[in-house]
Amino acid sequence: MFLISLFERREKLKTYFSLTINECIKIGYDSLFIVSIVSIFMGAVTTIQTAFNLVGPLIPDYVISLVVRDMTLLELSPTIIAIVFAGKVGSNIAGELGTMRITEQIDALEVMGINSSSYLVLPKIIAALLMFPILVVISATLAIFGGYTAGVMTDVITGQEYIYGLRYEFNPFNIPFALIKSYVFAFIVASISSFQGYYTSGGALEVGKSSTNAVTNSCIAILVADYILAQILL
Amino acid sequence: MIEIKNITKSFDDKKVLHGISGKFEKGKTNLIIGASGTGKSVLLKCLVGLLSPDIGKVLFDGRYFTESDKNTTTQIRREIGMLFQGSALFDSKNVEENIKFPLDILTEISEKEKIEKVNHCLNLVGLDKINQKMPSELSGGMKKRVGIARAIVNDSKYLFCDEPNSGLDPLTAIKIDDLILELTQKLNTTTIVVTHDMNSVIEIGEYIMFLHNGKKLWEGDNKNILKTKIKELNSFIFSNKLMKKIK
Repeated sequence: MFLISLFERREKLKTYFSLTINECIKIGYDSLFIVSIVSIFMGAVTTIQTAFNLVGPLIPDYVISLVVRDMTLLELSPTIIAIVFAGKVGSNIAGELGTMRITEQIDALEVMGINSSSYLVLPKIIAALLMFPILVVISATLAIFGGYTAGVMTDVITGQEYIYGLRYEFNPFNIPFALIKSYVFAFIVASISSFQGYYTSGGALEVGKSSTNAVTNSCIAILVADYILAQILL
Repeated sequence: MIEIKNITKSFDDKKVLHGISGKFEKGKTNLIIGASGTGKSVLLKCLVGLLSPDIGKVLFDGRYFTESDKNTTTQIRREIGMLFQGSALFDSKNVEENIKFPLDILTEISEKEKIEKVNHCLNLVGLDKINQKMPSELSGGMKKRVGIARAIVNDSKYLFCDEPNSGLDPLTAIKIDDLILELTQKLNTTTIVVTHDMNSVIEIGEYIMFLHNGKKLWEGDNKNILKTKIKELNSFIFSNKLMKKIK
C-alpha cells in the first residue's frame, strides 16, 4: 500500500528530477568515503586471511587473488556494503522522515495538496537504485586494489600472480549477479527505511526507534534476499 | 465559507468528536476553543483532510471535501493555507525557499514573480531581509510569521491556524493575533483558529465555537462570550485569576 501510494497524485517531473539529484548526492556521493574505507580494508583483510588459511606447497599463490575476486564480487561488495549502506543511509532516511513527521512537516505537505509519500520517498528510492550499484562497483574495485596493496606490501603474493589470479577462470556472470543484488538491496534499504521513518509517531524517542528499526529490518531483509538470490541465480 | 455537518470521529473505542456542526464564514476569524484534550486539533485535522471523519461532511464553499474525488480534494487542498503549532517550516530550506515552496510545486509562474510574492508576503507579516535565514536562526514569533507567510503565499482562500500563540510571550502573541485578524480582513479569507488562549478569544473571536468533551457546547462571538451561563464555558473562561477579577 505504501509503495502504491508513491505513484498516486505525482508532481511535475521537473520537481522529481531536482529532488532525485539532491538525494543522489546525499545517498551516493556522501557515502563514498565510508564505502571506500570499508572496501579497501575488506579486500586487504581477505587477502591476508586467505593467505594465512589456504596457502601451502600444493596451492599456488594466485588462488589468493582468485578468492578475493570471487568473494568480493559475489558477497562482500554487494552484501557488506549494503549493510554499511543500511547503517548510514537507512538510518539517515528514517531519521529525516521521522523528524519531518513529528514536527508536522509531512502534514504541511499534505495540507498543501502534495502527496507527501511520493514527494519525499520516491526520489530517495530512485536515488538509491541509481547510486548503490555505482557504490558496489567502486567498492569491488577498491577491495581488489586493497587486496593487491596488502598482498604485495606484506610479500604474501607478487603483483603478477595477483593479477593472474584475478583473471584465472573468471566467470563473467558474477558481475551481473553482483549488480542484480545491488539493485535489490538498494530497494530494500530505501523502502524499509522510508516506511519506518514515514510512519513514525510520537517524539524524539520514537524517531530514534524508527532509525534503529530501519537498520535492523533492512539488515535482516538484506540477508534473507541474499540467500534467496543466491539460491535462484547461482 | 466552510460548513461542517455532524462530524464524528473515534479512535479505537474512544469517541473524540460527537456530531459537530457549524458554519465558518468568509472574512471572519472563526475560533474553535476548549480545554486540552477536548478534540479541537482533531476537528481541525478533519477540516483540512489530515484525518477522515467517521461520519459527517465538510463543505468548502458548497464543495464536498471528504466525499469528493481525488482531483476535487487536491484542488480544495491547494486553496488551503495552514499555520501549524510548531510552524512546520522545512528545516533544509531557508525562509525564502520555505515561503516559495507552494509556488514552486503548485504554480507555473516565473522565478521573478515568485520572489516578488515571497517579499510581498514577508512584508505583510512584518518581516524584511530575512530571506536567506534558516528556520533554526529564527525566534518562535518569527517562525510563526514565516509560517503565516507560507500559508498565504498561494492566495489561499482558507486559512487554518493551530494554536498560533503557543510558546510565545504575551506581546508577540498579541501581534500574531492582530496579524491573523488583519490578514483575514485584507485577503478576505475564511480563517479558522484553534486556540485555548483567552486573550485571542477576546481579541479576534468574531465567531467562537466552544468544545467540551468532543461536543459543541456553545457558539457565539467575543461580545457575548463573557455573558454566558454555561457552567463548562464559564469555568474555561474564568480559569485564571485575572479573568476572575475582570468578571
